[in-house]
Amino acid sequence: MTTRSLENLTFPRRLLIEQGGPGHRGPELPRCDVPAVPIAELLAGITLRETLAFPEVSEPEVVRHFIELSTLNHHIDRGFYPLGSCTMKYNPKINDEIAALPGFALAHPLGPDSANQGALRVIFELQRLLAAITGFAAVTTQPSAGAQGEMTGLMLIRAYHRSRGEGETRVKVLVPDSAHGTNPASVNLLGWETVTIPSDERAGVDLHALSRALDSTTAAVMLTVPNTIGQFERNILEVTQRAHAVGAQVYMDGANLNALVGLVRPADLGFDVMHINVHKTFSTPHGGGGPGAGPVAVARHLEPFLPVPVVVERDGQYTLVHDRPQSIGRVHAFHGNFGILTRALTYILTLGPEGLRRVSRTAILNANWLMRRLAKTYELPHAEHCMHEFVLSGKRLRKHGVKTLDVAKRLLDFGIHAPTVYFPLIIEEALMIEPTETETLDRLEHFALAMERIAREATDHPDLLLNAPHDTPVSRLDEGRAARELILKWRAPLGPEPASTPETVGRR
Amino acid sequence: MSFTGLTTHEEQRMLREIGVGAFDELLDAIPERVVLHQPLPIPGPLSEIEIRRTLGEWSRTNAADRAVSFLGAGAYDHWIPSAVNAVAMRSEFATAYTPYQPEVAQGSLTAIFQFQSMIAELTGCDVANASLYDGSTATVEAALLARGQTGRKRVVVAGALHPNYLGVLRTYLDGRDLTILENRGGSCAALDLRAGLGPDVACVIYQHPNFFGLLENPRGIHAMAHEVGALVIAVCDPVALSLIEPPGKAGADMVVGEAQPLGNPPSFGGPMLGYFACKQSLVRRMPGRIAAETNDRDGRRGFVLTLQTREQHIRREKATSNICTNQGLMALRATIHMGLLGRQGMRDVAELCVQKSHHAAQLATAVPGYRRAHDGAFFREFALECPLDASAIVARGMTAGILPGVDLGQFRPEWKRWLLVAVTEQRSAQEIERWVQVLADAGRTS
Repeated sequence: MTTRSLENLTFPRRLLIEQGGPGHRGPELPRCDVPAVPIAELLAGITLRETLAFPEVSEPEVVRHFIELSTLNHHIDRGFYPLGSCTMKYNPKINDEIAALPGFALAHPLGPDSANQGALRVIFELQRLLAAITGFAAVTTQPSAGAQGEMTGLMLIRAYHRSRGEGETRVKVLVPDSAHGTNPASVNLLGWETVTIPSDERAGVDLHALSRALDSTTAAVMLTVPNTIGQFERNILEVTQRAHAVGAQVYMDGANLNALVGLVRPADLGFDVMHINVHKTFSTPHGGGGPGAGPVAVARHLEPFLPVPVVVERDGQYTLVHDRPQSIGRVHAFHGNFGILTRALTYILTLGPEGLRRVSRTAILNANWLMRRLAKTYELPHAEHCMHEFVLSGKRLRKHGVKTLDVAKRLLDFGIHAPTVYFPLIIEEALMIEPTETETLDRLEHFALAMERIAREATDHPDLLLNAPHDTPVSRLDEGRAARELILKWRAPLGPEPASTPETVGRR
Repeated sequence: MSFTGLTTHEEQRMLREIGVGAFDELLDAIPERVVLHQPLPIPGPLSEIEIRRTLGEWSRTNAADRAVSFLGAGAYDHWIPSAVNAVAMRSEFATAYTPYQPEVAQGSLTAIFQFQSMIAELTGCDVANASLYDGSTATVEAALLARGQTGRKRVVVAGALHPNYLGVLRTYLDGRDLTILENRGGSCAALDLRAGLGPDVACVIYQHPNFFGLLENPRGIHAMAHEVGALVIAVCDPVALSLIEPPGKAGADMVVGEAQPLGNPPSFGGPMLGYFACKQSLVRRMPGRIAAETNDRDGRRGFVLTLQTREQHIRREKATSNICTNQGLMALRATIHMGLLGRQGMRDVAELCVQKSHHAAQLATAVPGYRRAHDGAFFREFALECPLDASAIVARGMTAGILPGVDLGQFRPEWKRWLLVAVTEQRSAQEIERWVQVLADAGRTS
């Protein structure tokens, strides 16, 4: 003991299974207040499990474990998070408080409508507000996330084509090469074929290529507006018109709606259907990777096909209606991610029309300021004004042996999350930056200074980048080993003395 | 209010530095005729005081705020230890994004790794993923995996699968190559299953305990399915799994389901927590995110997302699934919940559910006119055949502050006298007596 340095005395971080042991336990349950019968008798004929190799740890230690883990995360309440396409804006705390109200949190999805009037009203009102914001006729809030919204939207399109006797012939979907990966993946889920449309020199849809690909077998065109380069599609009215001219439907990926709220309504651009990532635009937290919600808004001609049940209001009473013969059916076991929808409604009501308009205007202003500032240091492939985000290329740094990934990792040392990297695929060494409207000028300047310093370091001390990050809970992790060895769960379930020989995170 | 942080002065400075005279110049790519000049026709802004008042009022019109619940059917009222809320709502977890930069996301990743470990242990499977949307979509993803793996089309549903899960399955499969076998006596009957199988079957799906709460015979189902080369998908309740033999140990190829009962409130049916576990041999086809252990450059243990080449952002139309966002925060809650309850607590909850639900069934069937709709062992939940429409009992219960069960008539007209009753560890003996009183009162008026 006497020879141990202070560093070696740091209490090691261990997984729960490596802590505690037999005899330790967390909070207890009440004693059984009904006449107890042996389980083997109640469940006669059923094979029970022999062991459950679960942790045995006291409540204070479980709490400490997770609180310690929490300190290892970057998050929006701690610092800047310019992750392009993800809209990492501040999440107002009132959202969580409202979703946690017992009347909402404990509501059961299969009770009678009379027991759930408040919950149904939340869904009904949110649908109405989302319709007003997007300009569409109707909204379903059932899809759980953007990708499920895409799939739902495509199914609505398929149902529409079928209703017109074109279900068998319209089997391909045109998707630009700058699109999110979920677009082609969703198309594939329907058994349709993706046709990739190249971008023109201004990162817009190449109209000639589009026209060549459009024909009577086209089911839909899927577009992200603004696109993933952060540019508003200049020819959008032309694109939607040409698609409609051959009988195709036009789908908008609403991942970037944060640029348009109160400025432009997607329905006015000629779209037939879109999804909305409420965890992006409408500020519900991202939760470390979900839950989100992906409501889908549609023009009048697609409304009959919406998932069941739908919420209907009559004389202040809300009811769930299942009898919709043309519906595509359900896409969720119940009514979608209600707790997330409640947060989105809270946010929209908090901001109101003027506040929402200010969201998009400020997001656009922040992005443009940052883009012009960083264009002095990094290559900017598309020099037009951007909307809410923009994409830089790190390829100038290549001559120093430095990649975009190294820039991303070095940023972590400055308490800043990395931008989205290597996406969109049409830009080499892409750095996709979305500052959002909730950042102050101070924060933007700090980020710009960090990026500028990193560019200098790339020239003068490339090792600083290649070995980054330096000031994070762990250094660069070996993703190759992870994929090779595929250790996907803890290896040592409870042994006789699980805490005796821990393999520790803090080990040097 | 828009939570923005720029003064007018700063905005002017920024516009100058960008090199434009006015903000609208930044919008030059937008066709003038679609630019909105009117404010959106929506209410607000509302202050926190007004929001609390308005939405608080709406929330109180839900019976959940005051009624004692015997509702289940896929969403349950289980005990959630206080520490779950306190820890999970921390900003560090709630306001983080997907852990794409693992060096600053070890908190989320270490939690996901432990979630996977505990789900694998519960289900008896080799591996589990980081979560999916809900039990229904987890079931769908499993069926799609089975089709890809076997090269066969037909999906067989054996026994009583949740009607809404069946609905979602129908939507995703476009109603094609889907065979639904009869629920004889409420559970999967061997003779129906054998007749429904053939060399074109990709998978057999069964729920265990099934929609009516009945425990199935997993080993019998597995043997028959495997005989024709089909994969087996067990849709399981995780609370039951802490007591019964896990289907993964009994040969199921995939075990999936709804983990809301672990630390998550019903929340009107969402966000829920789909889980997905399978054999090691299927891991490269598994949908969704997966965390794996590795080390950093200094040899310290750490965790990363792995096998991302299966996923849509890399693989695009060739991805194993289109899923991107999952249910991270719900999975974290479940991980804290399972960590707190531990080996003993998990079992205690399951045993209390068995004791209390059997006690309730015994009392209810002693009331004239009521009987269980099915024979056979059940876990936590049972269908009660009533002397009158279940909807009338629900209405009666509402007046007594009790939500007495799920009216199964909402799923099928021939089930309109069936009440699906769930009794968790949360229900006291006294509450069960009040519930029996509702049944008795309703029975007398019929």
